[in-house]
Amino acid sequence: MAVKVLIPTPLQKFTADQATIECEGQTIAELLDSLEQSFPGIKARLCDEQGNLRRFINFYVNSEDIRFLDGPNTSLQTGDEVSIVPAVAGG
Amino acid sequence: MTQAMRSSSPDGVIDPLTTQTAATFTALKCKECGAEYEPKALHVCEYCFGPLEVAYDYSALSRVVTRKSIEAGPKSIWRYRPLLPVATDNPIDVGTGMTPLLQANRLARRLGIKRLFIKNDAVNMPTLSFKDRVVSVALTRARELGFTTVSCASTGNLANSTAAIAAHAGLDCCVFIPSDLEAGKVLGTLIYSPTVMAVQGNYDQVNRLCSEVANTHGWGFVNINLRPYYSEGSKTLGYEVAEQLGWQLPDHVVAPLASGSLFTKIYKGFQEFVKLGLVEDKTVRFSGAQAEGCSPIAQAFREECDFITPVKPNTIAKSIAIGNPADGVYALDIARKTNGSIESVNDQEVVEGIKLLAETEGIFTETAGGTTIATLKKLVEAGKIDPEETTVVYITGNGLKTQEAVQGYIGEPLTIEPKLDSFERALERSRTLDRLEWQQVLV
Repeated sequence: MAVKVLIPTPLQKFTADQATIECEGQTIAELLDSLEQSFPGIKARLCDEQGNLRRFINFYVNSEDIRFLDGPNTSLQTGDEVSIVPAVAGG
Repeated sequence: MTQAMRSSSPDGVIDPLTTQTAATFTALKCKECGAEYEPKALHVCEYCFGPLEVAYDYSALSRVVTRKSIEAGPKSIWRYRPLLPVATDNPIDVGTGMTPLLQANRLARRLGIKRLFIKNDAVNMPTLSFKDRVVSVALTRARELGFTTVSCASTGNLANSTAAIAAHAGLDCCVFIPSDLEAGKVLGTLIYSPTVMAVQGNYDQVNRLCSEVANTHGWGFVNINLRPYYSEGSKTLGYEVAEQLGWQLPDHVVAPLASGSLFTKIYKGFQEFVKLGLVEDKTVRFSGAQAEGCSPIAQAFREECDFITPVKPNTIAKSIAIGNPADGVYALDIARKTNGSIESVNDQEVVEGIKLLAETEGIFTETAGGTTIATLKKLVEAGKIDPEETTVVYITGNGLKTQEAVQGYIGEPLTIEPKLDSFERALERSRTLDRLEWQQVLV
């Protein structure tokens, strides 16, 4: 189940400066494990010690915030686009 | 210490003759884990993704910043230059800041309180909102960091400001806005000839897109990769109020909450003035205002949560319609620890708030200001504002930009013939009818 993942600048050192990568996973949680296998160390940046997604990081599946979907259990389909975006402020 | 520098003149050309004083800021520091970074175009911590904030050398600042040094400075935000994260002595100064602090006696009487002040950024320069403060700082820093193209994700006011000040500074500009913005805000951006991307989505979606663009284009996004510098500009709203109150802090402030950044920076501004011995320390209560159709911070406050659950905005108060507020938890913390409050008001109350401020004080604010005034009213009615205390309300934007919000709620002119008796009949009618009933009547 290949999905496209957009990597934010602070994490691109893990992905050899690639802003977009292909990865596998049926859910966001599985995607995180798969990312860790391909790019060791990346998961610890995205999740806290308890394994929860850090509060200043947002995940989007096809432009929708996963907090409006099923959170880490949000299912993924082949061809989905997952965007990892640090929280930003100001309007 | 002075050193040679390369700074650009207002037309963007490098001017090697300009000199720069030593920067008073030392690093960018993660608000969550404390990790430090060089003061470059970075906004999140690599380790925990917490927001980065500018760190200053306060002992050096306390030697150079005095009431006198500030009073001798320009009548703009740059009178506080050592407290802002720029190194140059030649910042982009378009007259931003030092807006009026107006004692609002008529509004105070109407509400039943005694000492009320309005900090009126509806007349901030050049684009009539507080955003000119943050953008002046961000673009000055952008120039120092070598950016030639600047950008932003905006609910309108920020786009106006970024486009205008970029035009003045000779920087290329591309701004991103939701496609359903008020006409005044779109026109007030296009006039400066930036590239404008109207995104079919809400502000949070615009924000996400811009973060993705910032990853791949080397642009200076004022509220993304330049955000640590940009947000510091809001501190001047704290500094100015303290200075304008005669170098003292108010008892209570009421300010609008969108991302929460403005709120936290007013607080930081007060704290810094205390730290530098410019004002006496005291607890200032901080209360925040949100529109019910987008009130994730008010909801967390009400439900006593420590986290913010994002929402999808649905309100006329578009300038503060941020459903996923990045600084929300910090705003929440400040309201709680200062014994303030965070309230939300519905769209009808927002319109009433706009009208109330206009009728009593002659200030035409936009929907964010209507939200703030309506919240003030609610706080007074709930007994959460001590009538004797000095309260400052922050009005951050101008009503001429959001005319749609009040159309249909403020009546129409009485159309008359150019004859005295027509005027007399109309005058009589105006005294007997509610204004909303006039509705273009030929009397």
